[in-house]
Amino acid sequence: MIRDITLGQFYPGSSWVHRLDPRVKIMVTIFYIVALFVVKDFLGFAIAAAALAAVIIISKVPLRFILRGLKPVFIIIGFTFVINIFMLDGEVIVSLGPLDITREGLRTAAFMVIRLILLIIGSSLLTLTTKPMNLTDGIESLLSPFRKIGLPAHELAMMMTIALRFIPTLLEETDKIMKAQMARGADFESGNIMRRARALIPILVPLFISAFRIAQDLAMAMEARCYGSGVKRTRMNGMKLQRRDLAAVLIFIGFLALIAAERILL
Amino acid sequence: MSIEVKELTHIYSEGLPHEATAIKDVSFRAEKGELVGIIGHTGSGKSTLAQHLNGLLKPKSGRIIVNGTDITAPGVVMRDIRKKIGFVFQYPEYQLFEETVAKDVEFGPLNLGMSEEEAAACAREAVELVGLDYHRVKNLSPFELSGGQKRRVAIAGVVAMKPEVLILDEPTAGLNPRAHDDILSMVKAIHGKENNIVFLISHNMNDIAQMADRVLVMDHGRLIMNGTPAEVFSRADEIKEMGLALPDSKEIAVRLRESGFDITGECLTMEETADEIAGILKKRA
Repeated sequence: MIRDITLGQFYPGSSWVHRLDPRVKIMVTIFYIVALFVVKDFLGFAIAAAALAAVIIISKVPLRFILRGLKPVFIIIGFTFVINIFMLDGEVIVSLGPLDITREGLRTAAFMVIRLILLIIGSSLLTLTTKPMNLTDGIESLLSPFRKIGLPAHELAMMMTIALRFIPTLLEETDKIMKAQMARGADFESGNIMRRARALIPILVPLFISAFRIAQDLAMAMEARCYGSGVKRTRMNGMKLQRRDLAAVLIFIGFLALIAAERILL
Repeated sequence: MSIEVKELTHIYSEGLPHEATAIKDVSFRAEKGELVGIIGHTGSGKSTLAQHLNGLLKPKSGRIIVNGTDITAPGVVMRDIRKKIGFVFQYPEYQLFEETVAKDVEFGPLNLGMSEEEAAACAREAVELVGLDYHRVKNLSPFELSGGQKRRVAIAGVVAMKPEVLILDEPTAGLNPRAHDDILSMVKAIHGKENNIVFLISHNMNDIAQMADRVLVMDHGRLIMNGTPAEVFSRADEIKEMGLALPDSKEIAVRLRESGFDITGECLTMEETADEIAGILKKRA
């Protein structure tokens, strides 16, 4: 059940997209999201969607796998749609008692939904095609210029790496604790909200204790190996921009130009 | 009281690329008063098998019949099964959560619908059965106790539910030798008092040889052997082929026999092996 969430998961592969430099992928994703907010009409969204579709095809990540991870987000998207439909004044199409559905509302709601879906697929494509470790290395490298103004880039990246690394461990731990408490007759499925919330205590307390224990052990292990973040560290696999990274950047600039042209000219 | 497992099969992540058959066609039977050891290499399916016995996992096919009730049938009330079958997980101390020892041990009985007084009585009995002084520990936080004591409290939390079948998954893992022995004698005490069926999963062949009435040997999800410790450990070559060890006493006997000494006994305890060796030495003198 918990394992079905694909948001933020990595899909192993060796496609062109997988092999791109993580820094390039992060920057492209950020600017893609910005572009989604620049776009104001259906043609623009069509261009953005086509570009995303092309990347998905090249990455060889099955569409089914991507969509499965989106399921939990659909509730939020549905909610956004409904709110937007009713919130705008304009030419009334359907009237439901005190609520009016307007042409403008429908249009804005549709844009919002398309924007959200593209945004989520776009950003999940980043994590799907980039190993968590590479992702944090990329973030660290991108943040390192800000070290001059006191931003602890390496520490932030280390924290992210550790957090990502321990997600499966804590899921496993949760599963074990749930089973152990079920064996003691705990019931998580029946009763009203208050009862169910209280039923979570036997899981949350041991889980917190485990998390702290794991953190303590990890800190000890790191200390024992003389980990320190103050010194200048070198890497085993340094990141170097390749020709394909340059190509990706150029193609993406082309895409941005197309979006900008579409916005200004049409 | 009896528990019967018929052609049990379980597959993890069925239909996904990483699908794996965890257990296949496992059948056995255990009767009231038996202490059954389950041994096998890591990943042999011991824990998966045990988790089926109290309904935490549902089998792909096969049946588990407890006292004539099929617990794999749809519509069985899980609470009734959990009441009959207690499960102590590996490192059970990690499931402690209450403010006091007494409250934590009462958690199970209260979930079974006992009244506060009944639960308190059961908790007291269980805490004493695991060898702790109830009056001294009842108001302590379980997190103040030592590792071995925490584990006893966690086991008491399951014992307090008065299960007719008690499953212990590696109850001695990670304990020092003294706490290890204490836990084993505690298991014996519980078994003696409650006269229930105990399933003991262990990597430690010495413990199994000493404690179990019967041993189930799992390998690659299949039940390979089912017999008394003497029967099972007499098939030394097969046991070793599965990557398992013999009890130390048996290992010594086997090696002496290989070197031409005349050892005939089962040698499941150190005393027996020592007697055999003493016998040989006497004959020579």
